Amino acid sequence: MKAWDVTTDGPDQTAALGTLVGEYCVPGMVLLLNGELGAGKTCFAQGVARGVGVSASTPVTSPSYTLLNVHQGRMPLYHFDLYRLSIVDDLADIGYDEFAESDGLTLVEWADRMLDGMDASLSITIKYDAEFRRKFSFAAFDLHGRELLGKLESFWCKGSENPPVSP
Amino acid sequence: MLILCIESSCDETAAAVVRDGREMLSNVVASQVDVHARYGGVVPELASRKHVEAISVVIKAALEEADVALEQIEGIGVTRGPGLVGALLVGLSTAKAMAWGLEVPLVGVHHIEGHILAPFLERAPAFPFLALAVSGGHSHLYRVDGIGQYRTLGRTLDDAAGEAYDKVAKLLGLGYPGGALIDRLAGQGDPKAINFPRPMLHRPDFDFSFSGIKTAVMQYVHKSSRPIDETHIADISASFQASMVEVLTTKALRAAAAEGLERIVVAGGVACNSGLRRQFSQLAAKHGLEVFFPSPALCGDNAAMLGVPADYYLQKGLHADGKMNAVSSWPLDTVTV
Repeated sequence: MKAWDVTTDGPDQTAALGTLVGEYCVPGMVLLLNGELGAGKTCFAQGVARGVGVSASTPVTSPSYTLLNVHQGRMPLYHFDLYRLSIVDDLADIGYDEFAESDGLTLVEWADRMLDGMDASLSITIKYDAEFRRKFSFAAFDLHGRELLGKLESFWCKGSENPPVSP
Repeated sequence: MLILCIESSCDETAAAVVRDGREMLSNVVASQVDVHARYGGVVPELASRKHVEAISVVIKAALEEADVALEQIEGIGVTRGPGLVGALLVGLSTAKAMAWGLEVPLVGVHHIEGHILAPFLERAPAFPFLALAVSGGHSHLYRVDGIGQYRTLGRTLDDAAGEAYDKVAKLLGLGYPGGALIDRLAGQGDPKAINFPRPMLHRPDFDFSFSGIKTAVMQYVHKSSRPIDETHIADISASFQASMVEVLTTKALRAAAAEGLERIVVAGGVACNSGLRRQFSQLAAKHGLEVFFPSPALCGDNAAMLGVPADYYLQKGLHADGKMNAVSSWPLDTVTV
């Protein structure tokens, strides 16, 4: 498992980090996104969507109630949210596997409610500190995930003095 | 025309009998509030499997309550989207089979179309009007020129209003349903105690953003030196509610003015919120506008609301055939008559 941590300062940087991740994603990847309420999951997911090429005029809203929102970029983006799911059977009921095994990018908020690294390329856990800066902990579980993390690490570190706001 | 209506787009399985698109004879909802309460604030999905279990029960109850025999049904209206395909298909397949068996016409309806036309079952507004649809999954402003004539003026860019309510309730350790609990506590607190942000209030467009208010509450709760006791929670609830209500009412009134509309329909689950109702009524009176709220049973997801557009479409001869499919993502603007 390859791991990498980074801290962002403000929603713009969180979205920028998401955009970079989205740009480096390849079809078929599954990203698990974890963090408390208000940690910045949807903000990061909005960045990922832009990075995947979802048009800026398409609002990328929280799927907490809808459970799944589908967006079209250079590949389909399946944006799940497991916040309201209670048992693993619910995952099958909403057809999760069919999407996760497809050629799109599957991004799952509140993933730790029922998924783990076995099911994914990459997991991203967001925590905030006393000043509400967001610390992102990335872990890669397959080849695509490790490649993505390698690129992300070198790109983001290069500009670490002034991390890119809109790469 | 006597229409059987069926709804299964999200959490609720529901059926109703509506006469002539105006008179509600029954409105049955397989409410899951008790199930939700068991999970301590995390709302479980009422998945398609549960819709399958509930659908024939609610249809039977709707017919019994209306005192209508199945053979008397002259048409069927069903939610076609938006929603999860698996959930929608339960209602859709049932509706298709029944329409085929009874040899009556069938029509597919947009879920939000039902919500914003729900007032027609009680006190019908004249067209055109502004509709604010606010629920767990929606926060949209529409211009409505007639049944089947809708234009989106604004929408949330992140969380829906009802979702913000439920998530803030969770942050405050309140139970479910969070929106109703915050609304009740808000009545006991000081709305000026904490100045939460009013996102996008000063932007000229009619879009909303509620994620930032939720994050501001989270940060406030973590930073506050004052203990988070009962009075404090009431103050936070009142201040959060003040922020939500100000954003929703200000943008709606501004949209009505920009479009030259004199009537406002507030629909969806959040339309039950007493703070929102009060503020809308006060502002409407001040600006000479008429505001319509469905009664609580017609605010949340239900099937009777589908009867209004279903009757209109069926009278026009707009029938679906057996090939009609569920639509997961369906902008209201693309509904055409």
